[in-house]
Amino acid sequence: METNEKDILELRNITKSFDGKKVLDDLSLSIGRNEFITLLGPSGCGKSTTLRIIGGFVRPDAGSVFFEGKDITNLASEKRNVNTVFQKYSLFPHMNVEENIAFGLKLKKKSKAYIQDKIKYALKLVNLEGYEKRNTTALSGGQQQRIAIARAIVNEPEILLLDEPLGALDLKLRHDMQQELIRIKKEVGITFIYVTHDQEEALTMSDKIVVMNKGIIQQMGTSKSIYDEPQNAFVADFIGESNIIGGIMLQDRVVEILGVKIPCVDEGFAEREAVDVVIRPEDLEIKPEGEGFFTGQVTSVLFKGAYYEIKVYAEGYEWVSQSVSAPEVGARVGLYVAPDNIQIMHKPKSEDAEMIKE
Amino acid sequence: MVRLKNAFMKCYLALILLFLYAPIFVLVVLSFNDSRSRVTWGGFTLRWYGELFSNRQILEALRTTLLLGLGSAAAATVIGTLGAVGIQAMRRRGYQIVMSLTNIPILNADIVTGIALMLWFVRLMPLGFGSVLAAHITFNIPYVILSVMPKLKSLNLSIYEAARDLGAGSVYAFFHIVLPQIGSGILAGFFMALTMSMDDFVITYFTKGAGVNTLSTMIYGEIRKGIKPEMYALSTLLFAVIFVILLVFNALSGRGKNTDDVIERSR
Ligand SMILES: Nc1ncnc2c1ncn2[C@@H]1O[C@H](COP(=O)(O)OP(=O)(O)OP(=O)(O)O)[C@@H](O)[C@H]1O
Ligand SMILES: [Mg+2]
Repeated sequence: METNEKDILELRNITKSFDGKKVLDDLSLSIGRNEFITLLGPSGCGKSTTLRIIGGFVRPDAGSVFFEGKDITNLASEKRNVNTVFQKYSLFPHMNVEENIAFGLKLKKKSKAYIQDKIKYALKLVNLEGYEKRNTTALSGGQQQRIAIARAIVNEPEILLLDEPLGALDLKLRHDMQQELIRIKKEVGITFIYVTHDQEEALTMSDKIVVMNKGIIQQMGTSKSIYDEPQNAFVADFIGESNIIGGIMLQDRVVEILGVKIPCVDEGFAEREAVDVVIRPEDLEIKPEGEGFFTGQVTSVLFKGAYYEIKVYAEGYEWVSQSVSAPEVGARVGLYVAPDNIQIMHKPKSEDAEMIKE
Repeated sequence: MVRLKNAFMKCYLALILLFLYAPIFVLVVLSFNDSRSRVTWGGFTLRWYGELFSNRQILEALRTTLLLGLGSAAAATVIGTLGAVGIQAMRRRGYQIVMSLTNIPILNADIVTGIALMLWFVRLMPLGFGSVLAAHITFNIPYVILSVMPKLKSLNLSIYEAARDLGAGSVYAFFHIVLPQIGSGILAGFFMALTMSMDDFVITYFTKGAGVNTLSTMIYGEIRKGIKPEMYALSTLLFAVIFVILLVFNALSGRGKNTDDVIERSR
């Protein structure tokens, strides 16, 4: 394998077990310079472990970590040109804001004037000018995380690792901080590796998303490609709400769902391959009874602000549709989906298919 | 009704305190009594205190007690703190086993510990100051571990990792980041160990060998010959010192947060 010149970091065949339980399974991943990459997945899927391996807090059982082509698998964390922003409570409680930010620089024996300049710059960057002498324990959660970011940034790392840095904040503040982080990323121009289990956050912020489950990468790509073309039912289910139904590929461009033959645009599957079919709620159209592929009864209609969320029970399955007009609850309706709005997927890589379908 | 209950509770508390402190009070009063009799009050005097401090044997025992207390507390504090850090880093199972083992010396009867340590030390070294010191360090370590452990548990590991992340080596991170957070626990452990050491009679008695005396073993020896009033004065002083240490200890463990600040500012 050749390391790509553009890549700043590469994980190669990383495996890690804790107490005999495999947490990361043969994970390989390349991260480009200046990328905002997000590791996304449910709790316990190994996101933090991956980040901690990059940061040098955990040694993998097998596999290697390359930084600019050099093997750093066994390099101590303080020697890596990487800094971390932890989830919360990682500021040193017995030091004020200024002392916290200066911590790394003092260790590097920088001059007083240099440190003062850096502190000024960093506080400006995170919008907390004038906070030098504040006590860290008196800051709000959002302010604490800004200081944590400032404290990491002043060391001029090539990569900033962020492990759910907004996880402890309330929704409104989270949204503000997301925008803030995007701005900071643009200003400092370094690589961000971000961990979250919030798909919305991942879609908003990232250049590239890595969807993980049970220590295995399920899909990697831009926000758009992950949202529009999920490669398996796990990804589809995790990224936003979807109708996911088991089906059989009869031939190219024809799939059988719940006994009905439906035209689609996908090709190249094995004949009679069992597949997962994903239909986004906004693509499932409500038609008068008798039209469309399935007929069923409306079980609920919820107004969601910009659209209605309509649930229809048909063929033993509860379908979710989004529409700007709403039928009556109890009405019988038809369900239709255009061929190019059907997404056909291979079954997921691990045995999670059962779990997803509840 | 409630008032009656309150009054009853107050009486009960007063009674308990009376039983606990009346004997000590009597001792204190006798130490200022200008009469060799234990039942008649001959007026106030500091004579016994004066005699106490001109008695070479007593001063020698006091010196031994203080050396032993401070030395064993200091050594146990270092060993116990490092031990606690190690235990904290252990896996669940090992952690439980070691913590149970740590409790045994505390719950064990002093006399068993005393005889066991004596049998052990007799093989290694002549009984004397060295063996008592070793014995005191041994029984003090668990107290230090027990008072440092809760602080370590409530310590957020990510501040240690953050320090490493920012370029600190493990030793630097421990002294500059972890230590200030658990400092009050360590101090409390030190004072607890100091009290335990000064308070001990049984273990000291078995491990001291001939010629070495702490205040408590000396008082014991003197009393067998008949009680001299100097002993009241000595006991009163011993009580006062331990009482003060306990007050300091309580203040430290009660207001952990504040002491952190105090330690930090005093540096
Ligand atoms: N030091 C450790 N010792 C034992 N087990 C661990 C350790 N660190 C992680 N694990 C286990 O490894 C699994 C993956 O943990 P990890 O922290 O990487 O998950 P995560 O994806 O970050 O989840 P979350 O979203 O909850 O933070 C979990 O089951 C966790 O219990
Ligand atoms: Mg995590």
